[in-house]
Amino acid sequence: MSPSPSPTAATAATPLLAVRGLSKSFAGFPALDGVDVTLRHGEIHALLGENGAGKSTFIKAITGVVTRDAGTVTLDGAPVAPRSADEALKAGIATVYQEVNLLPNLTVAQNLFLGRQPTRFGLVREVEMRRRSIALLRDFDLDIDVGAPLGDYSVAVQHLVAIARAVDMSARILILDEPTASLDAHEVEILFRVMRNLAGKGLGILFVTHFLDQVYAITDRITVLRNGRLVGERETAALPRMELIRMMLGRELSEAASEHPAKAATEAAPDAGGAIRFEGFGKAGYVAPFDLALASGQVVGLAGLLGSGRTETARLLFGVESADHGRLTIDGEAVRLASPRDAIRHGFGYCPEERKTEGIVAELTVRENIVLALQARRGALHPLSRREQDAIAQRFITMLDIRPPDPERPIGLLSGGNQQKALLARWLATEPRLLILDEPTRGIDVGAHAEIIRLIRQLCTEGLALVVISSELEEIVSYADRVIVMRDRRQTAVLEGEAVNVTAILQAIAADTPPLAA
Amino acid sequence: MRFRLPRKGLPQIAAFVVVLLINFAVSPQFFDIRLQDGRLFGSFIDVFNRGAPVALLSLGMVLVVATRGIDLSVGAVMAIAGAIAATLADTHALPVVLLAALGAGLLCGLWNGILVAVLGIQPIIATLILMVAGRGIAQLITEGRIVTFTSPELARFGGGAILGLPVPVVLTASVLAVAVIAIRGTALGLLIEATGANARASALAGIETRTTTIAVYVWSGFCAALAGIVAAADILGADANNAGLWLELDAILAVVIAGSSLLGGRFSLALAVLGALTIQAMNTGILLAGFRPEFNLVVKAVVVLLVLLAQSPRLSGVAVLLARRPA
Repeated sequence: MSPSPSPTAATAATPLLAVRGLSKSFAGFPALDGVDVTLRHGEIHALLGENGAGKSTFIKAITGVVTRDAGTVTLDGAPVAPRSADEALKAGIATVYQEVNLLPNLTVAQNLFLGRQPTRFGLVREVEMRRRSIALLRDFDLDIDVGAPLGDYSVAVQHLVAIARAVDMSARILILDEPTASLDAHEVEILFRVMRNLAGKGLGILFVTHFLDQVYAITDRITVLRNGRLVGERETAALPRMELIRMMLGRELSEAASEHPAKAATEAAPDAGGAIRFEGFGKAGYVAPFDLALASGQVVGLAGLLGSGRTETARLLFGVESADHGRLTIDGEAVRLASPRDAIRHGFGYCPEERKTEGIVAELTVRENIVLALQARRGALHPLSRREQDAIAQRFITMLDIRPPDPERPIGLLSGGNQQKALLARWLATEPRLLILDEPTRGIDVGAHAEIIRLIRQLCTEGLALVVISSELEEIVSYADRVIVMRDRRQTAVLEGEAVNVTAILQAIAADTPPLAA
Repeated sequence: MRFRLPRKGLPQIAAFVVVLLINFAVSPQFFDIRLQDGRLFGSFIDVFNRGAPVALLSLGMVLVVATRGIDLSVGAVMAIAGAIAATLADTHALPVVLLAALGAGLLCGLWNGILVAVLGIQPIIATLILMVAGRGIAQLITEGRIVTFTSPELARFGGGAILGLPVPVVLTASVLAVAVIAIRGTALGLLIEATGANARASALAGIETRTTTIAVYVWSGFCAALAGIVAAADILGADANNAGLWLELDAILAVVIAGSSLLGGRFSLALAVLGALTIQAMNTGILLAGFRPEFNLVVKAVVVLLVLLAQSPRLSGVAVLLARRPA
């Protein structure tokens, strides 16, 4: 990934993008404080930091989404000061966000040429647009029907379309904000190929991610931010992983996630049956019938590729979808599970993967979000007094170290990791016996990540039963007593004891897997 | 925390006071109050008295809007309840009359609630059905005529007084008080706000979002029926064609003035009533000023625009920026 030869000697010397002394405060609190970032021609540059480090603000400040308080941005030596994302795009800085900002109900071609459709006599030249779309996407190895609505395609394809659009609009700098968060390994590979290809053509790519493996797989250099300040800029190849994590966290981390700590030596035989037993549980066309027995203090990991039925299983377990096969017994008694309310009544809790749309109620305060499930279970006529609410909120804010520790802040203003902790608090307040966590660490910074894993272990020693879905196998291995591997919406393997290791899980996932449909 | 409520309602209170002061400037007798036959009279009292029906409607509407819904049928439900009350007033005992009229309102609300929460029809369409059909039902009840009645008991709901205060004012204040106690004294308010702000997350947290949604439409129907009774009692009769006509729009406006988002979430019962009173104060002021009727709607629109501009988060953001720039 050496910088490709630039058109002129001058541009080779000047960096593609030079940001100097960028500062931005919100209501008096500095979100960025004198940050310098240098992006060279043809390089892939990682922008890293914990949530709240200032990455998002940085992107918004250089693309004009927010006005900057101080600092300069030069593009090929010429100062630029876009006042909107649109002006930034015209200047050559394109941003593709994690949530793709395109229109799912329009066709792929319409999305590619939105606002700049080829026209003749004021009419859109559909055929021309489609032809150019196909040609454009061919560069991205994307052979899809450009006349189909964008929403019909996977998130990965939507990302590639968004990137193709940006590149075609003569972007010189591409900012990718968490592009891989919802992609599977195969899709990430495709995206990386496209990124390398674009970098080879001289584009500068600023890559924001939480996946350190990906940082090492693709980036040339790394800039680390912490609490709105620049920590350092390094060559990726010369920066050991521990050193990188140290830069990001500002403290030595015991590397909770990536090592394989001895699990609290396989506990004295889990009670014979398991207190919560799902037998032959399933729903036609949704998840094939499965058995699942959960004893208190056990963590069951659900592994599998995206679309393998992990989330669907979680939704069946929590009564979001009603099973049409099988039965559930709790402590030997048959129990009906027709709605989340039923599940909650029996002491279940569920943190969904879609934290923003299904988890938090953004407008309500942290306190209100924390007491919500408990209050719903008590019923409207048995309100928790304000004093009780304050006490509960304060207890969990302290216990889980939710930041900022202000119970009256709307939860939507918190970082992802703190929102996740507040959601955990919502369920812990109901004193559950089974907690179902769907990708609890997705989109969360390294520090919060480690804390949540520590919390999962701690909850399990306190006697909770946990079902945890995660794409990060090292993570699952570090806490799970048992791992269920899923494929095509059915359980294909159950690994226990010694068999719980990354290699075994990978083998189980890969076994007889039909090639991924593109 | 201690300052939260006043700060939240400040633009609304300010708007109300400004309208009152303008009314005073236009008509120096505006605040004159006299006692006659054991009842207070005067333009200022009139604002509360005339504003009662819309205030009642907004007490219902504000909860519907908080669940991200809207109830266009309240004007028609007023007509139905008024028609029933007027038709029965001279032949049945008062409790029967009230039960029948309020019962009809509850049924109408239940219908709306089922269409929205069970059948999943968009609120604006679901309640449009009853908005159109309701007026027809009211006409069927009155058999197409303007029904008048003489029952003094029912008439008290419009022209009577309790401790000098007009009954509609007392009634509205009581409904507000009961609603505040029932909704903010319990967890209903939180559950409604959560449902409106994020229905999916709320359902996953164990809130009965469907029941909650049905309940707010039933409540809105009840409030509309009460408003219909007051309106019928006021004119000693029911005009199915005109009773409550377009008042649903005033009620929605009152709720918006109260700072509620039509996208659901946070709401304030007291501010909704204040919004309705502000609208009525404007109506009264325009009448007092002797504007030609053609100007009334324009003046009202401008004032409403000003109130909404004062609340616009984007505008206040600009104000903050302007204030900061010199520094």
